[in-house]
Amino acid sequence: MKLKHILIGAVSAATLSSAALAEGQLTVVSWGGAYTKSQVEAYHKPFIAETGVQIISEDYNGGLAEVKAQVEAGNVTWDIVDVELSDAVRGCDEGLFEPLDLSMLPAGADGTPAEEDFIEGTLHECAVANIVWSTIFAYDTTVLAEGPTTIEDFFDLEKFPGKRGMRKSPKANLEMALIADGVDPAEVYDVLATEEGIARAFAKLDTIKDQIVWWEAGAQPPQLLADGEVVMTTAYNGRVFNAFAAEGKPFKIVWDGQIWDLDLWAIPKGAPNAELAKQFLVFSTETEQLAAQASWISYGPARKSSAALVSHYTDRPDLPMAEHMPTAPENFTRALQNDFEFWADRQDELNEVFNAWLAQ
Amino acid sequence: MAVTEVGTDAPGGEARKAKQPKPAPLLAADGTPLRKKLRQALMLSRMRAFALVAPLLLFILIAFVIPIFAFMVQGFYDNEYAKFMPRSTEALADWDGESEPTEEMYAAMVADLVAARDHPDRPIGRVATRVNRELSGTRSLFTSTARKAARMEAPFKDAMIKADKDWADIETWQAVKVASTAWTPAYYAASLDFKYTATGDIVRQSEDRRIHVTLFLRTLEIAFTVTVLTILLGYPVAWLMANLPLRTSNLLLILVLLPFWTSILVRTTAWIAMLQGQGVLNDVADWSGINSMIVWAELRFAELGDMLWPSVWQEIANRFDVNLAYDRLALASLCANDVNQVLNQGQGALDGLAQRAAADLTDCATEMLAIYNANGVEAAVAKARELKADAGFAGYGDERFSMIYNKTGTLIAMTHILLPFMVLPLYSVMKTIKPSYLRAAKSLGATNWVAFWRVYFPQSVPGIGAGALLVFILAIGYYITPALVGGQDGQMISNFIDFHMRRSLNWPLAAAMGGVLLIFVLFFYWLYDRIVGIDNMKLG
Repeated sequence: MKLKHILIGAVSAATLSSAALAEGQLTVVSWGGAYTKSQVEAYHKPFIAETGVQIISEDYNGGLAEVKAQVEAGNVTWDIVDVELSDAVRGCDEGLFEPLDLSMLPAGADGTPAEEDFIEGTLHECAVANIVWSTIFAYDTTVLAEGPTTIEDFFDLEKFPGKRGMRKSPKANLEMALIADGVDPAEVYDVLATEEGIARAFAKLDTIKDQIVWWEAGAQPPQLLADGEVVMTTAYNGRVFNAFAAEGKPFKIVWDGQIWDLDLWAIPKGAPNAELAKQFLVFSTETEQLAAQASWISYGPARKSSAALVSHYTDRPDLPMAEHMPTAPENFTRALQNDFEFWADRQDELNEVFNAWLAQ
Repeated sequence: MAVTEVGTDAPGGEARKAKQPKPAPLLAADGTPLRKKLRQALMLSRMRAFALVAPLLLFILIAFVIPIFAFMVQGFYDNEYAKFMPRSTEALADWDGESEPTEEMYAAMVADLVAARDHPDRPIGRVATRVNRELSGTRSLFTSTARKAARMEAPFKDAMIKADKDWADIETWQAVKVASTAWTPAYYAASLDFKYTATGDIVRQSEDRRIHVTLFLRTLEIAFTVTVLTILLGYPVAWLMANLPLRTSNLLLILVLLPFWTSILVRTTAWIAMLQGQGVLNDVADWSGINSMIVWAELRFAELGDMLWPSVWQEIANRFDVNLAYDRLALASLCANDVNQVLNQGQGALDGLAQRAAADLTDCATEMLAIYNANGVEAAVAKARELKADAGFAGYGDERFSMIYNKTGTLIAMTHILLPFMVLPLYSVMKTIKPSYLRAAKSLGATNWVAFWRVYFPQSVPGIGAGALLVFILAIGYYITPALVGGQDGQMISNFIDFHMRRSLNWPLAAAMGGVLLIFVLFFYWLYDRIVGIDNMKLG
């Protein structure tokens, strides 16, 4: 379901004059919920205030289908899209995204040039990262007082009986299964590249298959936890943080075995307002904006210079953000970066095997 | 107006006419022959009629016939590779798919890769994606080799193999050959779990990737079950509506129509609230103790079945894979005890069991001991956990029933949503059945049942036919409800068409699956026509 919020800039006398200078409209597409809200607060509102551009914010559930349909039909309505790394690479390879001139990115607030300021691997031919996010698992502390602490616990029905929530996709699930089965995170993708490795991951998932509730949209897992439908669930770390910080839910994240990934801005080929979209992309990935977003949701900023500016959760000075970031050292002990090359190569096959496994 | 001479003659006219060898053509008032005049008049009205239906015809053509034809064709046609890689497509056309790849093939491939990389549309990713569907891992092979292709020199075979040893692999070339065939049965084959190979054969897909046949069968099963359920539930309602006094029957009609007018999404999510683990029904069942009673009754039923007809019961249980209650029964008593002991105490409990006489052991204990002796403690504990998981499937372990996010949820929600499509045709047919027929039957000595079965029911069959066909065809392509409440075993074929449309972007495969689904629908329409007769269908 697509939710359309139309954000019209605060129409004060001051902004009216600047609005006249650069009038226009921009369709920004992202993942919805708490995540889009953080972007609205940190990127959209200041951008509207500065340029007077009207921003239409749309939600989607990831994937390239809509972009592909729009580009192939020659009827592109989206100006800029928040995509996962593997989709950014694939979309770029397939000519769905506009190649970017990375020299347009300004230096960090501390003067570091952009190429050095952005964390390694976050700049791409067609896309610029804004955040580092992570798939983790979480539980309700009121249900499990002595909660799980490792990824092995997630797969241990004996120690922690009850339903598990997992994303209905092989991505991240297979990696977590292998780590829980004793594979070193550094070797996960080597193992998964073999037939035996795939079988081993599915065998591990088999041990909890009866107890899995599958989710698809990022907003679902906190809801599943809140409803008591599951005792623990994998989720995007920011969603769980939001439920905990903004809604006061007693959820706790287990960082062990986290699979981290990037979200990037990409501009569909033939976007109606491509120039404006580039302007928005540059603006939103500046040090201050990235840092501002991190005070709304616990996703790590893609620029190193932003880290120093991240302090506490908006409206709650008692809640420092640093320890809730996927990249915090104590959270990063057993972590794995999602390998986009692996998934771009093998997702068709693994999706098929996964679906066949589900239907069994 | 046309004036005719016919009939104005006196009775003797016929005899006079017979004598004339050729009658003069009948003329209209303006002198044109009547026959021509009539044709003109008919033509005019025909044209007018055609002009009236033309928009509809055009609409059906544009919105229905052409798209269906286009997607049926798309399942056969995929030129993603051939369009951008013409040289290698040509070189591969002559290759038999088995012999060693030739230098010409390598040279053509390098030339194509260079051209594709320089192409302004950057098609290399699309080409690579196409080949990757045939063989996992070729995507990065193509993109990485394309980067190096411009610097390659003859002999290209060595150069390519040096760039990546996968180019020496015949499997790679077989995948490319399959991908390069633009008119291909590959997608229709894939939609039925077959695989089209480079040598032109169609073989079964490897077992761990077979899914579509299961899905088609499940889709048919769900559609059929929903149809039967709507008949069973809808028939009495329609009968009441047709036979109660107007005031009451109007109220009933509104009760049927009200949900019909409510959004499907609202109704489906309402079922989620009703049926989920912490939902209304489970809460009530838990609070009132009904769920324990049901589990208890199930156990007693299984017990009874096992006592009265052990062989028959076992047969039923095996045939329908519903031996859950039976397993639960076994576990409920002694078995459960053993399983729990092994789970809690591990090796100690197993050693204890081992000292008992074999005849005294429960089935569970025997199974666990056999595994303990063969594979050690951990395997035996794993078995115990498995036994316990089986027993806990629907309520014995946790006292709540799984009624949603599975096939049960799909069936319940779909039956509810499709019920009006059964009730309304039934009602409109029953409304036309005169009550006097039933009275006449009774006055002639029929019992209530005979009067219903021999007199009333046959007259309502056209309504059942219409409703069943409507519900079945709607159900077979149902999408949103299974997507929301289907979980893992309540998904239908349309959900996978959606998956290939939106997630894997494999549009030709989605088209092929849609084509197969359409063929199914046409087949059932034909079958219906043969068995019931389409003329017997009455929508009102």
